[in-house]
Amino acid sequence: MTFKIAASPHAHQRRTTTQVMRWVYLAVIPGILVHSYFFGLGIFLQLLLALLTAWICEAAVMRVRGRSVASAWQDHTAIVTAVLLAISIPSLAPWWIIVIGTAFAILVVKHVYGGVGQNLFNPAMAGYVLLLVSFPVQMTSWPIPQQLAQLQLSLADTWQLISSGYSQAGYSLEQLRSGIDGVTMATPLDSLRTDLSHQLTTAEALQKPIFGSFAGVGWGYLNLAFLLGGLVLIYQRIISWHIPAGVLLGLTVPATLLWLFNPDQSISPWLHLMSGATMLGAFFIATDPVTAATSNKGRFIFGLIIGALVMVIRTWGGYPDAVAFAVLLANMAVPVIDKYSQPLAYGHGGRT
Amino acid sequence: MSAINISAIEAGQLWSFHGGIHPPERKQLSNQTPIQTLPLSKTFVVPVKQHSGNSGEILVAVGDDVRAGQPLTQPGLQRGLPVHAPTSGTVLAIDEQPIAHPSGLTDLTITLAADGQDAWYPTTPCPDYQQLSRAELLERIQAAGIAGLGGAGFPSAQKLALQRPLEYLIINGVECEPYITADDRLMREHAAEIISGTEILMQVSGCNKALIAIEENKPEAIAIFTQLLSERAATASRIALRQVPVKYPSGGEKQLIEILTGRQVPSRGLPIDVGLLMHNVGTAFAIHQAIVLGIPLIQRVVTVTGEQVDKPGNYWVRLGTPVADLLAYAGFHETTGKAAQRVIMGGPMMGFALANLQVPVVKITNCLLLPSTTELAPAQQEMNCIRCGACADVCPAQLLPQQLQWLAKAKDYDGLEQQNLFDCIECGACAYVCPSEIPLVHYYRKAKAEIRNIAREKAKAEIARERFEARQERLEREKQERLERHRQAAEARKAAQAEAVAAGADNPQDAVQAAIARAKARKAAQAAAAAKANDSAEGESS
Repeated sequence: MTFKIAASPHAHQRRTTTQVMRWVYLAVIPGILVHSYFFGLGIFLQLLLALLTAWICEAAVMRVRGRSVASAWQDHTAIVTAVLLAISIPSLAPWWIIVIGTAFAILVVKHVYGGVGQNLFNPAMAGYVLLLVSFPVQMTSWPIPQQLAQLQLSLADTWQLISSGYSQAGYSLEQLRSGIDGVTMATPLDSLRTDLSHQLTTAEALQKPIFGSFAGVGWGYLNLAFLLGGLVLIYQRIISWHIPAGVLLGLTVPATLLWLFNPDQSISPWLHLMSGATMLGAFFIATDPVTAATSNKGRFIFGLIIGALVMVIRTWGGYPDAVAFAVLLANMAVPVIDKYSQPLAYGHGGRT
Repeated sequence: MSAINISAIEAGQLWSFHGGIHPPERKQLSNQTPIQTLPLSKTFVVPVKQHSGNSGEILVAVGDDVRAGQPLTQPGLQRGLPVHAPTSGTVLAIDEQPIAHPSGLTDLTITLAADGQDAWYPTTPCPDYQQLSRAELLERIQAAGIAGLGGAGFPSAQKLALQRPLEYLIINGVECEPYITADDRLMREHAAEIISGTEILMQVSGCNKALIAIEENKPEAIAIFTQLLSERAATASRIALRQVPVKYPSGGEKQLIEILTGRQVPSRGLPIDVGLLMHNVGTAFAIHQAIVLGIPLIQRVVTVTGEQVDKPGNYWVRLGTPVADLLAYAGFHETTGKAAQRVIMGGPMMGFALANLQVPVVKITNCLLLPSTTELAPAQQEMNCIRCGACADVCPAQLLPQQLQWLAKAKDYDGLEQQNLFDCIECGACAYVCPSEIPLVHYYRKAKAEIRNIAREKAKAEIARERFEARQERLEREKQERLERHRQAAEARKAAQAEAVAAGADNPQDAVQAAIARAKARKAAQAAAAAKANDSAEGESS
């Protein structure tokens, strides 16, 4: 009679990495729905392409490493990477954009470093930055909110546009991005940035139709939807509050100071919070545990760095939004943050 | 180090410790019925070492008849603890047998065939122990073979022998590990004896204040202690009850100290360094038995629980009883199916799995857990760490378990020391919450063992080096001494000669000088003869 030998503890909480990852991509669903409401059905096609690419890449790597192809999806981390990247890119971008970005994220950023848990950089954001610096035109051609567009796109139109660059009626993406007045529209942050550089004041710049509803048409609600999903993750204890709080504080505090001193030529803290990729970045991207700092204190500092960098790049940098760059830069700082934020262990002077 | 905050402690304030978890307690399974007495087994296997430290010297031989409570070993010079015969019978064998240890290794044991009489060895009860001196009490506690019954099995007399100023004696009745109810039932049924044991401990340690800590999930035990203390005003002025909130691992020594006093035991230090001493309720009971009744430690309460047992509950089990006998009595039936049955000695968090059931119950056996595969699912395949940090949030030692895990896998021993690996208490909270099902504690144990090994090897190498250097030094010293001896001998000889010359004897130097003079004279004569011969030859030729 022999019995099973196992190391203690013998009890386990029933929450697996797979479940953690599932919560993350379930929590972005409100954001995806709002996204499609304002920017059309493109997001679904991008998600499909991203997931397909991610699966093929994962399966190929598993194969090369001599593991079962079926284990490719096992921990669902590749799904999270694919979903986040698909949400981040302009939803009518050509099909090869998302394919290149996802393949780079999975193959190079994740697996070349050793796979899940070993990568130094956030895969989705490294993929995004690769695309942004390589294909700046495609990566900044955001569709205008449907509420402001002349033409409404069907699913077939969207597919045609993504796969060939032209809608069924023969319109190019560039033509479709024109507003009712025929002028191509940029995202709120891009538009504001350009206008400020043209010596307009913030108040004047905010007169454009893209700022029609609060924090820009579509973008405000999109950020609210990501905020909602993020709060669900915190409530479910999938993420801790330290990183999102750090990001939002690191962004808001300097932005508010700057805005108080120079309201005519700066982005208001409100617009900072509710536009661009702020909420997506704070709750879904910066919170990637693999590439974040280790201790809670370190994570708060990590968040602060990201928030401050977003504010700095948006204000003085060369790009309208900055979450991807900020996250990658903070990733680089993680070893230093970890070194100086190791918590005081029991019996090492805390309460002796 | 500042003094502990006595006034806040006296006011009943409780503190909290970092982290902790709330696993399903499952204590109702075994705490509903009174403690039953397990019928005597036919044979007993008594390991000679059942505590942390060294074993004693064996006093019996094969074939000897022994009685219940008779010492089988005596503490040797190495600060061991004796073990006692669990019942009367004959010594069958003294040999190596498998013991209850995670390694499954064997150790020296004394096998006893019970005669069924359960005749007792004479005891020396001492109800008026107040008359005994500290040394006498310590001696009796030692002779009764009492080791900490909470889990570590450290000899209690040794712990009590340290003489340092104490603020509080803490009696630990927290029993925070799921499933286990041995202390719970003991407190419900033997509260008076535990209080008596506490008073003995206070007398021995010279401490006049004690705290009895019980977790809030044991309302019956709390009620009994509250009642007993309220009935005895004199005792209640010295012993106070504290209800500790339910959280694992509140019963860990360091964690309980933080809860009750708001202080932390310094790293690598002892509770006594902050003026505290902690004993388990089971130990307090055993000390009462040993001093007041004179009965040595030959039985303990063992919880037998889990869904694979028909009669879960608590049992008085004589030490040395084979686990198989206890499980058969409690109605254990093995799970069938693909996943193998686990037999866990201890609780689900810190217990270890037994490979076979012939191992005996020993002093630190508080529980046998026979889970079904649905209540405690077997471990899943380990996945990669995603650094989610859930482990750090629950770590009661405030470590970073995921960092330790990476470093342990990389065998970065310096990094592990820097991350305070040795402050890990192996409570298992990190592995419990890990979503990737990484057996974290296993990695830490392995790393600790490797570091200890390296230290041991280093110490050995150091000794070898010292011996080599000592030898080199000795050889050099001997050489110098030899040369010195030669020099001295030469000088002595010269001095003796000089003395002899002065006394009128022939100076050997004179003989040498004379010989030299003779040789010079001979050379001069030869030279002169040669010159003469030349002169005459030249004369003849010219």
